[in-house]
Parts: sequence; C-alpha cells; structure tokens
Amino acid sequence: MSREDIQTGLAEILEEVAGVTPADATPEKSFTDDLDVDSLSMVEIATAVEDKFGVAIPDDELANIKTVGDALNFIEKNQ
Amino acid sequence: MTSIQLPSGSPGARLLGLGSYRPRRRVTNDDLAQMMDTNDEWIQSRVGIAERRWASEDETLVEMSVAAGGKALAASGLDATDVDLVLLATTSPPKAIPGLAPRVAHQLGIPRPGAFDLNAGCAGWCYALSAAADAIRTGSARNALVIGGERLSDYTNMQDRTTAVIFADGAGAAVLGPSDQPMVGPVVWGSDGDLHEAIAIPANETGMSMAGQAVYRWATTKLTDTLVEAMRRAGVGPDDIDVFAPHQANLRIIELMAKRLGLPERTVIARDIIRSGNTSSASVPLALSALLESGEAKSGDLALLLGYGAGLTFAGQVVVLP
Repeated sequence: MSREDIQTGLAEILEEVAGVTPADATPEKSFTDDLDVDSLSMVEIATAVEDKFGVAIPDDELANIKTVGDALNFIEKNQ
Repeated sequence: MTSIQLPSGSPGARLLGLGSYRPRRRVTNDDLAQMMDTNDEWIQSRVGIAERRWASEDETLVEMSVAAGGKALAASGLDATDVDLVLLATTSPPKAIPGLAPRVAHQLGIPRPGAFDLNAGCAGWCYALSAAADAIRTGSARNALVIGGERLSDYTNMQDRTTAVIFADGAGAAVLGPSDQPMVGPVVWGSDGDLHEAIAIPANETGMSMAGQAVYRWATTKLTDTLVEAMRRAGVGPDDIDVFAPHQANLRIIELMAKRLGLPERTVIARDIIRSGNTSSASVPLALSALLESGEAKSGDLALLLGYGAGLTFAGQVVVLP
C-alpha cells in the first residue's frame, strides 16, 4: 500500500475513533498535544490500525508512536 | 465394586434476591483534586467516574459483606437457616488468614455452611455465581449466598493518580436457590495468565498498579467473544437481552462493548461506575441492585453479566433477575 493510501486510511481511523478532522491529520501532528487523543483512544486507534493494515502494534511499540508521522512510518515499515 | 451415590440436585438454579452496601463516605472528583494532581474533566473523560465511595474505619470488609448479604437474604424471602453455602468473592481482605466467608456467615446467623473466599480479581462475583449455581444443580448445596465485597481503598496507591481515582469500596450479594427452569445460564470463563502483571501489587509495595493501555486493549478486543459465547450457550441473542451489566471498570469499555454486541436500543446498560467507581468483584451485584432499586430493571428481566480483571480473568453468563 502506498504511503498516500496509508495516510488516507489512518485519517479515516482517526476521524472515526477520536473525531479528528482528516485535514488536521498531518504527519507532524502529535496525537496527545495537537489532536487531543488520550492514551485509551491511542489503544483504539492501534487496534483499528491492526485490523485495517494487518500489522501488529504491541504496547511497547505503541508507546513510541507520538505523531501521525510515527504511525505512518510504522505501518509502512511493517505492512 | 461399591458405587458412590450422588444427590439428585436440581434442574436449574435461580437468583432469589439481591442486596448491596455502599459506604457512607462519598468522594467526588473535586475531593480527589484536593488530594492529588487530577481534575474532574480528566477523570470523567478517561474512566467516566463522577464520584465513588470509600469505606470508613468501621466499614470493614466483613461488616459491608454482612450488610449486603443480609439485604439479599431479606429480599430472597429465605431464612438464614435455609442457606448452606456462602461464597465471598474478594481481592482485598485485610489478611490472608483466615478467610472471611465463615465469619460473614456466622454474623448472618447461617449455621455451619460450606464457606470460602474466592479471588478471581474483578471477575470474582461472576465466578462465584457460577460455582454456586453448579453446587445447587448438582445437589452440593440447597441455597447459596454469593457476596462480592471489596475495600480496594486499602490497596490503592495514592501516589498513582492513574489508578487512585478509579478504585473504590462496597459490597453486593445475591441469594441463589433451586428452580425447575434454568435461570442462571452456563458460564463462559477463562483466564489469560500471560498478562498476570497487568493488574498487580508490585513486589515490596502495598498499592495496586495497572497497565491501563494493556488492560483496555484486552478488555475491548478479547471479551466481546466471551459475551457472544455466553449468549450462544444460553440459547439467547442480543435482542433478548433486557439488561447488560458488565464489570464497572471504565465507562468507555462498557459503551464500546455495548456497541460491538449490537444490543437493541431498549437494553438497559449498567453505568453504576459513574457514582460507584470500580469496586472490583462488588461491581456487578452493586450495579444490578441499583438498576432494580431504580426500577430501570425489573424482576424477570434477562441480564447479560461479565466480570473481568486481575489475573487476568473473565467470566460471563446470562441470568434472569429476581
């Protein structure tokens, strides 16, 4: 899947789980500081990403995903 | 060879009455904000709790369990002498020895019952409910008192603001007896012991810690199947469920489970966590008692129950409310 497709898919998840406007889900944004996504919503995002992209995101990896770009990189590398 | 005889037992078991005890002291989120670095918005958005009860010194685990058990007995219409099995589900006894169920039974005037404590984390009451129903069905007991009692405030780490705002105290109980029709469905229970450290009192500490994200992930991804299987084994579907009363751990988990199960609009969802916090093995009977008292649930309603917690353990079953 291309990075663009991943970005679109991730934006859909962010909108559905955390109510983030797709245009706001740009790579430099911090989930916690910019998008108001709390730690439990991060878990929901992780499980939705796992389902959608067929990747596994263990809790210790999840802790390293701070920005939308981190998530994109993780999915791209592990898909 | 001599054969061993077995009692005939009963075709089914049913709940005869429920009772609860809520400690006197109400602790609001604003009260907690005076004690630690937290605030109402943070607590409400993460776990959905507005207030909880913390036991005072005289509200011991035994006293709370006796109070809830006594109310359940009164609601059941049975006499204390009719009960011959007492189970106390708890994770928070003040001491390991002795178990508290015999003393609770004694204070209730129940003469010489089978009595033991059961620790299956926050799933304890649902585990005990199943054990009691099976005991009645097999004839090991005639009538059983099943209590969930907790003083989690004794094991709360007040320096840990992620858990100190969640845990609370209280007790809930049910009396079970025999019935011609099964009114306690088959249990679907199990455990994921690889996650034993996710909710635990760490070595050399006295307060609990919880890996919040790991537990949240487990609860929201693994337990829907348990609930679906509990309905399937009882021969009912989501449309039949009048009341959904899962363990009151986190309002967001409750709402997610309800959504994923596809319960109909009319199903009453227990949200006792809002005013009671997480009372571990007391939470399901406390929630059921509250719904019956308020009239939101009524006698004869079909309720889907789920306990889950430290262990990690889980147990779900369908019951008919008394």
